[in-house]
Amino acid sequence: MLIKEIRILLRKEFILEWRQRYALNGMLLYVGSTIFICYMSFNINMSQLNVITWNALFWIVMLFNAVNAIAKSFMQEREERQLYYYTLVSPQSIIVAKTIYNVFLMFSLTILAYLVYSLVLGNKVEDQLLFGVGMFLGALGFSVSLTMVSSIAAKASNNTTLMAILSFPVILPIILMVIKISKNAIDGIERSESYNEIITLLAINVIIGAVSYLLFPYIWRS
Amino acid sequence: MPLSKGSGGYLMNFVKQSWWKILAVILVFYTIIGGFLFEAPRLAIVNETIRNLYFHVPMWFAMVTMLLISTIYSIKYLNKRNSLHDVVANEFANVGILLGILGLSTGSIWARFTWGAWWVNDPQLNAAAIGVLIYLAYAVLRNSIEDDQKRGTVSGVYNIFAFAAFVPLIFVLPRLADNSLHPGKGGNPGFNAYDLDSKLRMVFYPAVVGWALLGVWLASLGIRMKALYLKRED
Repeated sequence: MLIKEIRILLRKEFILEWRQRYALNGMLLYVGSTIFICYMSFNINMSQLNVITWNALFWIVMLFNAVNAIAKSFMQEREERQLYYYTLVSPQSIIVAKTIYNVFLMFSLTILAYLVYSLVLGNKVEDQLLFGVGMFLGALGFSVSLTMVSSIAAKASNNTTLMAILSFPVILPIILMVIKISKNAIDGIERSESYNEIITLLAINVIIGAVSYLLFPYIWRS
Repeated sequence: MPLSKGSGGYLMNFVKQSWWKILAVILVFYTIIGGFLFEAPRLAIVNETIRNLYFHVPMWFAMVTMLLISTIYSIKYLNKRNSLHDVVANEFANVGILLGILGLSTGSIWARFTWGAWWVNDPQLNAAAIGVLIYLAYAVLRNSIEDDQKRGTVSGVYNIFAFAAFVPLIFVLPRLADNSLHPGKGGNPGFNAYDLDSKLRMVFYPAVVGWALLGVWLASLGIRMKALYLKRED
């Protein structure tokens, strides 16, 4: 029952995104232009861009992208329509469907950003698979926490500033872990060295995911 | 929503009693007097700053206690929708923020005289600063919503969410880090290593209880005031 609801809602998210392509195009343009700004800013002295800066810059770009992309999760559709969903499906399936959709969206955006970023600023990664794992876990963490935060911010008069101040502190542990994993991937360190970080990141995601799942019904009802 | 007689009444009853306030005053005075005058272990580098243990560490213990109480009352509010529970959650979170800022500043002083700088780039310090930021965001969120009921629900949800993010941030991540200077973190020994003959404990444990009770007292003043407002609105 719940699975079926989630599947239908997920399908709705994809169709909606495809029909209102301006939002998708906006996100792609946002990623492209932020990376291009980074490129232009370092253009004069590319040799000074060391691995740490390369890594941190990439994740900061992704963080702003994630906040920008996920902030609209609950602002895109009108209140009347949300009320209609309220009568049709359980709140849990809505948060799960939105989160899954956002994970998919963020992971695709991250891969795309990674390709463009490597193209203009050079690819310094030695262990591509581990970096990929880092990107997936990052997308997962961003989506899980930001979807919940965006539902809270949407209730407080759709304030985008509020979205930023509510989400940054919550997301900081996630981004620190992701930066550590991807730094290991860039240096090509033995994979077993990163297991600790991967497990911690997964644990944080599980905790935040479980809390969102439990708390979302209260937000939804208000 | 009217004030319910159930758990709210019990709470207001406790808040009005005076024995624990007297206990708080005695313990805090004992901490200050004992903390500065009793003998402390003589250690290199740390020297007399070891006495900061009675002020810096209890701030964090008290802060976590306040935030835990705040979270419990947020859960209660979401279940029962009693406005008083929302007030309690808010007041305890505010005192938690205050204690967090005091913890940061006492820690900063300690860092200056042992590590040589007011702030060092240390996982424990950064985590603590982020933890305070999370709760400052909670305060901003509360102020941004006009409607009482909605404010209670939304900020209650964020409060529980924030606590779930706060706990791994403060207790798990710094312990995993390998480059921390902070005692008890990054593989460093905790205060057991300094406290060979349990002298510190004689003041430390009362200090923790004393500061925590003082925090509860601070929160209870705010709760009583807001409870009066609620009563007048009825």
